[in-house]
Amino acid sequence: MAETLLYNALREAIDEEMGRDPTVYVLGEDVGHYGGSYKVTKDLYKKYGELRVLDTPIAENSFTGMAVGSAMTGLRPIIEGMNMGFLLLAFNQIANNAGMLRYTSGGNFKIPMVIRGPGGVGRQLGAEHSQRLEAYFQGVPGLKMVACSTPYNAKGLLKAAIRDDNPVLFFEHVLLYNLKQDLPDEEYILPLNRAEIVRPGKDVTILTYSRMRHHVMQAVKTLTKEGYDPEVIDLISLKPLDFETIGPSIQKTHRVIIVEECMKSGGIGAELTASINDRLFDELDAPVLRMASQDIPTPYNGMLENLTIVQPPQIVEAVKKMVGGKI
Amino acid sequence: MVQERTLPVFQTAGANITREEGLMLYEDMVLGRAFEDKCAEMYYRGKMFGFVHLYNGQEAVSTGVIRAMRPGEDFVCSTYRDHVHALSVGVPADNVMAELFGKVTGCSKGRGGSMHLFSAEHRLLGGYAFIGEGIPVALGAAFQTKYRREAMGDATADQVTACFFGDGTTNNGQFYECLNMAALWKLPILFVVENNKWAIGMAHERATSQPEIYRKASVFGMPGVEVDGMDVLAVRAVAQEAIARARAGEGPTLIEALTYRFRGHSLADPDELRSKAEKEFWFARDPIKRLAAYMTEQSLATQDELKAIEHRVQDVIERAVKFAQESPEPDPADLYKYVFAEDDP
Ligand SMILES: Cc1ncc(C[n+]2csc(CCOP(=O)(O)OP(=O)(O)O)c2C)c(N)n1
Ligand SMILES: [Mg+2]
Repeated sequence: MAETLLYNALREAIDEEMGRDPTVYVLGEDVGHYGGSYKVTKDLYKKYGELRVLDTPIAENSFTGMAVGSAMTGLRPIIEGMNMGFLLLAFNQIANNAGMLRYTSGGNFKIPMVIRGPGGVGRQLGAEHSQRLEAYFQGVPGLKMVACSTPYNAKGLLKAAIRDDNPVLFFEHVLLYNLKQDLPDEEYILPLNRAEIVRPGKDVTILTYSRMRHHVMQAVKTLTKEGYDPEVIDLISLKPLDFETIGPSIQKTHRVIIVEECMKSGGIGAELTASINDRLFDELDAPVLRMASQDIPTPYNGMLENLTIVQPPQIVEAVKKMVGGKI
Repeated sequence: MVQERTLPVFQTAGANITREEGLMLYEDMVLGRAFEDKCAEMYYRGKMFGFVHLYNGQEAVSTGVIRAMRPGEDFVCSTYRDHVHALSVGVPADNVMAELFGKVTGCSKGRGGSMHLFSAEHRLLGGYAFIGEGIPVALGAAFQTKYRREAMGDATADQVTACFFGDGTTNNGQFYECLNMAALWKLPILFVVENNKWAIGMAHERATSQPEIYRKASVFGMPGVEVDGMDVLAVRAVAQEAIARARAGEGPTLIEALTYRFRGHSLADPDELRSKAEKEFWFARDPIKRLAAYMTEQSLATQDELKAIEHRVQDVIERAVKFAQESPEPDPADLYKYVFAEDDP
């Protein structure tokens, strides 16, 4: 067991996979000499050389397409978005080529690649550096989307993503890089398609992911002191959604609260709500409650920024209302 | 009609092709032409759908470049105007035609259509329907070759990638971004611009500040050459030089082939903007007739031999149509097949 910071857990995952498979390489802006904007690839170029930890020019769409072409021809690229938001410039390559090409080609090519990097609403970074991209990407066929939330799952999931034969969008949260956790000394891998039951409970199912998992757990601390017993599920896989875990939980609690950082319109919660209604409507004792961030560009002002995303006290209130039968 | 650019003159005396090479080039161009003519017929008869972009007139570019490469080893990347590139790399006409008919025997299993022809076996990286998006993919294949050689120590990794696209596409950022990276990392790639003077209805001169595209290579420190794209021997000579450079690890080349499409942009295009005079200027330079004349003048082939090739190609095309027609539709149960790698283990 070694206490590990989340960004180092990611670095270990990349290091181990690069050591194991010579076709794995990293590319992106400042991933080499500079070590990555959040130090996830620090000094890896010294160990693996400059081709395997490739500093690219600032040309997101083109280096993403290059990664696609290299994946089609047998390599396993890991793209780091310096900030995931910058990959909006690579939307075409991610959607048309990474996402759809396997299907369009009738299975001629597979595209094993990982697109990872810092995202989410940071601390007063302003709208463009505090994006909620999962909403934009979730409609693209052929992409898997995963969000890590702890050093433990960050490492195990990233290793799985690198070994997966499909394009995986791997979301990290800027405000979680310095989380610490004891990690096993032996190698481990986590499944990409499995949600994690963070806390079993019976009153209500709270579905969350990424940084909001920690907001939820803060709320749960208060709630359990007052005798509430919520079940908390970290979705992990944002696409496809793991209904094998979500379903039984809802069949047990009959109540659902979704807590996400994504925007409300067309967000992950919107998709989740619709899917729950499709599959489990008869199980519900109350309408699904969707707690999402506001449909506005993330404001710079700290107070306004806090108002934009869901805060722990709001979660406490919502659980009390729902479990108390008031909604 | 705008003033035509003076086409670079190629000394055919220096071409030095053998009879076999000449016949091979001729057959490939004739196959391309006949295939496209058949497509037009089938489209108007309601056998194929969507946007179908034909390559008539540009055959010397596909044949000249691809037939100078190593089949099944080197990589080729195309656009939506991809039927003839697919044929030149060796995808059987049967499977290209079947794809256009949407059949499961098509090279993309009926999932792709005219603008998305793929064949891993023939190292065809695909047809790409969005402008410019194939260029980074081709760059990735070229990067992969360098990576295998230098990072994985594979001395046999000397494959070259050829990336085809049009004049209009050279105004897109991906073109410049990839030229930069290719030159920076000395990647084994040929950027082949098929300058047919038009991007649908946008005349090249109206879209770009420097119409001589090959000149754009110089600022990246990369060789740029213009070539008469209606002369397969000239294209072949330029391609051979660029391929040798790429294989030797000396980096990319930008080739601007001056060519012309003999039909509208796609079969849905009324083709109202191009002048009669302009079309006639280029029709007179038909690359197939040009090679035929050269072959007979040089006594490399007789008229009868060339005719025999044309007949053989016609048979191939007729068989391809029959194959496509008789092939089954994809199984509805397979609607989701190929979305993810595990759907088709
Ligand atoms: C991103 C994108 N924008 C617009 C189009 C529509 N479009 C298809 S072909 C074309 C013109 C391309 O001209 P050029 O690059 O010269 O190639 P050509 O068709 O002449 O071979 C346009 C604008 C497209 N396919 N993709
Ligand atoms: Mg054009």
